[in-house]
Order: sequence, then C-alpha cells, then structure tokens
Amino acid sequence: MDVHEEAVRLLESELGEDVLEIITFRDQTTVVLAPSSILSACELLRDQAAFNFLAALTAVDYWPEEPRFKIVYQLYSLSKQVFLGLNVPLPSDDPKISTIESIFPNANWHEREVFDMFGVTFEGHSDLRRILMPHDWQGHPLRKDYPLGYEEVQFTFNFDEIDKRKPYAKE
Amino acid sequence: MLEEQTEITLDELRHLISDRALEGETMLLNMGPQHPSTHGVLRLLLELDGERIVSCIPDIGFLHTGIEKNMEAKTYEKALVMTDRMDYLNNIGNNLCYALAIEKLVDLDVPERAMVIRVILAELQRIASHLVFLATHALDLGAMSVFLYCFREREIILDIFELCSGARMMTSYIRPGGLWRDVPAGFEEAVRDFIHYMPKRIQQYEDLLTNNPIYVDRTKMIGPISSEDAFRWGLSGPPLRATGVAWDLRKSNPYSGYENYEFDVPTGSNGDVYDRYIVRIEEMRQSLRIVAQALDNLPEGPVRSDNRKFVPPPRSELGHSMEAVIHHFKLWTEGFSAPKASVYLPVESPRGELGCFLEGDGGPNPHRVHFRTPSFAVLQTLPMMSKGFLVADLVAIISSLDPVLGDADR
Repeated sequence: MDVHEEAVRLLESELGEDVLEIITFRDQTTVVLAPSSILSACELLRDQAAFNFLAALTAVDYWPEEPRFKIVYQLYSLSKQVFLGLNVPLPSDDPKISTIESIFPNANWHEREVFDMFGVTFEGHSDLRRILMPHDWQGHPLRKDYPLGYEEVQFTFNFDEIDKRKPYAKE
Repeated sequence: MLEEQTEITLDELRHLISDRALEGETMLLNMGPQHPSTHGVLRLLLELDGERIVSCIPDIGFLHTGIEKNMEAKTYEKALVMTDRMDYLNNIGNNLCYALAIEKLVDLDVPERAMVIRVILAELQRIASHLVFLATHALDLGAMSVFLYCFREREIILDIFELCSGARMMTSYIRPGGLWRDVPAGFEEAVRDFIHYMPKRIQQYEDLLTNNPIYVDRTKMIGPISSEDAFRWGLSGPPLRATGVAWDLRKSNPYSGYENYEFDVPTGSNGDVYDRYIVRIEEMRQSLRIVAQALDNLPEGPVRSDNRKFVPPPRSELGHSMEAVIHHFKLWTEGFSAPKASVYLPVESPRGELGCFLEGDGGPNPHRVHFRTPSFAVLQTLPMMSKGFLVADLVAIISSLDPVLGDADR
C-alpha cells in the first residue's frame, strides 16, 4: 500500500470526523484536519507512521473569505522518504490552535513566525514572541488586509473603498 | 495610531535566563548584530558565568525584507528576482527551488539540456557556498590564509556565473520552464578548467586544517549534537549529516535529474564542529564528481520549454509570427496563471533543506509563497549546542552551522 494511503487510513480510523478532506495534487497528499485534532494527528503520524520530521510550518490568509486562515504543516518520513501535508483551517475571529512543540520541538520558531506574520495564537507555546518584526510592531504583515507599503492611488470609482482602509494619522 | 512605546525589559525574556542572572551572579552580554563572527546581522543575548555560556538567546529579523509579502504582489516570473536576494550565497539554488515549485504547480516540462545545466550550476554554487563557509570559519578561528585561498577559488565560480547570466551573484538565470538563455561559448571549457584545478586546492585546504593541532583543538567535540536531537530539532544538510544521518534530498527525493548521477553522501559521527567541516570538504569533492558527469553527458537541444502558455517565445520569432507577439505581450504584461492549489517543493541547498511552499489562486500572482529556509531552522538549535561552552567556542559553532541571515530573515 502507498505510504500516503496508509497514513490517511490511520488518521481516518483514529480521528474519524476530524479528517475533513483529503487533497491530492500532482504527487502530493494533504490531509485537512479540524483544529482540535492537530496534536493527536501529529502524535499518531510520528509514532505509528514514521513521519518523524517537521519540515515546514506556515500559514495562508484567505481574507475576506471564511475560514480565513489555513495553517500548513509539512511532515517528512526519513525511513519512507515521503512528505505529507497537513492543513488546518482557522476562523478570522480569534484564530488559535494548540502548539505542536511537545511533539516536534522545532515548531517553536516556526510557530513564532506564523504568530508574528499572521497573528495566529499558539496555545501552550513556551515562548510566543515576535521573531522577525521588531517587538513593538503593530499589525501582522503577511495578512492580506495589511498594505504592502505603497500608497494606493484613489480614483473616483474606488475612492471610498480605498478610503475605508487607508491608514491616516488619527488623533 | 501608535500605542505607547513598550520598553524592552528583561521580563519578556525572563523564562529564558536563569535565576542567577537576577542576583547578578551571571552576566548578560549582548553580541551582535554588528559583529564580524555572527556572519551577518545575528544578535545573541548571552548569559555568561565567567567565560562559560549559561544560556544563549538568538534574536533574528534584522535583515527581514518582506520577500514573501513582496512576491505576492508580482507575477510568478517577475517574483523570481526576489529569490536571488534571499540566501545570497546560494542564488542559483534559490532560483532552482522556486522555478521547480512553479513547474510543479503548473505542470510544466523542462528540456533535458536545461536540467543538466541546472545541475552543473547548482553544484558549482554549492562549492562556492562551501568555500565561503570554509573561508569565514577558518578566519573566525584565526586562519587568515585559508580565507584568502577560498575567496580566490570562489571568484572563478562567480566568473562562470557572470559568463552565463551577466551577474556574479544575483543571477536570476534559472527561470520557470528552463533557463534564461543557453550557456555561451567557452562555458564548458571554463567549467572543465575549474574541475581540473579544484581537487588540488581542496587538498591544500585540508593540508592546512584537517590535521592542524590548533584547528583540531578548537573544533573537536565542540558543539556536538546527537542524531536524534538533530532530527527532532529540524536540522538538515551538513549539520545533520555530521551526526551520521545520510539524508540528502538529492538522493532521497531527487529533482532536476539528480537520480542520474553517481555520488556519495558523506557523513560524520560526532555531529561536532570538526565533523561539519569534514562533511562539507567531502561534499565539495562529490559536487565536482557530479559536475564532471553532467559535463560529459551534456545533451544538445533547447534550454527553454516550448510551451508558449508559460514561456515567452524567442526574440527571433517576434519578427514574423503574430502568435509569438501575442504570447510575448500576454506573458510580459499579465503573466501566466496557476491553478488554485498548493505545492511544497524541497531541494538540497548547501545549508540543508530549502523548501518552497507555493499556493496559486487561479490568477497570475502567487497567493502565498513561503520559503522553509535551512538557516532559520539551524539557528534555533544554537542555544542547545552552545550551552556550557566558551564564548570563543560559540564563534566556532556559529560559523560551523553556516547560517546566512538573509536566508533566515527573508
């Protein structure tokens, strides 16, 4: 049996309805999970499916859609030499998810980066501080509603729309 | 509106330092970000008991340039130039990683010749990067002559890049669908001269360092890490292989035709500074082997895909083909669009696993680009590795991990 299939079957049998969707694209498999099950999924994959390496952890912002955020985990199995993706959707209102530091210690900095760039809180994290931006920075730069830095040109047809989100010096 | 400025106090870092620091028994010392042996703009907050490190708190982000955010505002092809500036010792490797991710996302094939040239350049880049490692590592430990020799050899490689792309470092030579253009006349000869010249030089570096008692004293059993810990903490590349784990993405998950080349994956055993040095020296030799094989089997043919939906037509076609003009115009104004899906593509950079997470949204701009960079991963282990060692050892440990801060901060 294919390694991906094996892992997916393991997750489905143990987590049941928390496995929301299986995405296969090109030669990659990604499992979409409910936020509450990420810790048990990582533990299962590490202990029973030999996915013992957290390769990457990042997030995607779908503003203004809901669920707004998607946390992306890439696990790797050294013995089977395959990658497996895990996706977890999070709502825009108070996005939080439990940390996986206890399973993969290197999640520490990756989660700090996601916190810094997207404002997603990782519950139980040992050291949740900003990592790339200055400690007193306002906002989370990789969010889609965060301006790139240039001033948007206002024309008559989109004046009000831009005016609404344009940062002014407020009193 | 800015909220009132928060003072940086020790409270924020209270959980990272020991109780003895509050009593004044140990000293808190700031190292960097402007410090020659932090290899860029790495700042470390050290808690010292005399010369010994009690705890080390790395602080990164001084070179954060918002590359990921900027790439979201450009088309797929135009965003490529940003990747050069990420890990500035591995420009070709970054180009390759990003181009491969795009090719996977849109399912684009690359001609054989382009794949082989990519391998040649990526391996030359690996040698150039390891030369900078060796140069700065030796310089940090007081061996000035090695620094001069390594930069002399690196210049030859940069000249080859200049020959191909016109730029020594910011090459942007590897493009989605192939290469910018074919390599010029004289390329093969230049590379052959180099691989003939280089083995003697590598031997020379080894003569200077490998059995040098001063060097061995400064590096053996300094900053060791077990293979289990290395793996748990996400190390990859030479620092991981120095612990004895023979994991190389070129072998385990080959890309760009690496499965066609014969090469060994060198490993160490102790995972200390010395082993990392030995592994990198041996990797340079293996890279030369790969380059030699690739040169011998360099096929003729085009270097850009002829899929006109993704790759612009050559200049010569624009004069007589209306279709070519349309494609040219479309690709350089709007760009090509990619499906609403995501890919993760890892490659073996000189520093370890460099992964590109790329997500499209159906339009011509990437919805999200994320680079999983080896320097970011490796700096995280610094507190663990440096605990209990001297400040002078810390300098050796940092240089042995070979972090590039542009890579860590992006």
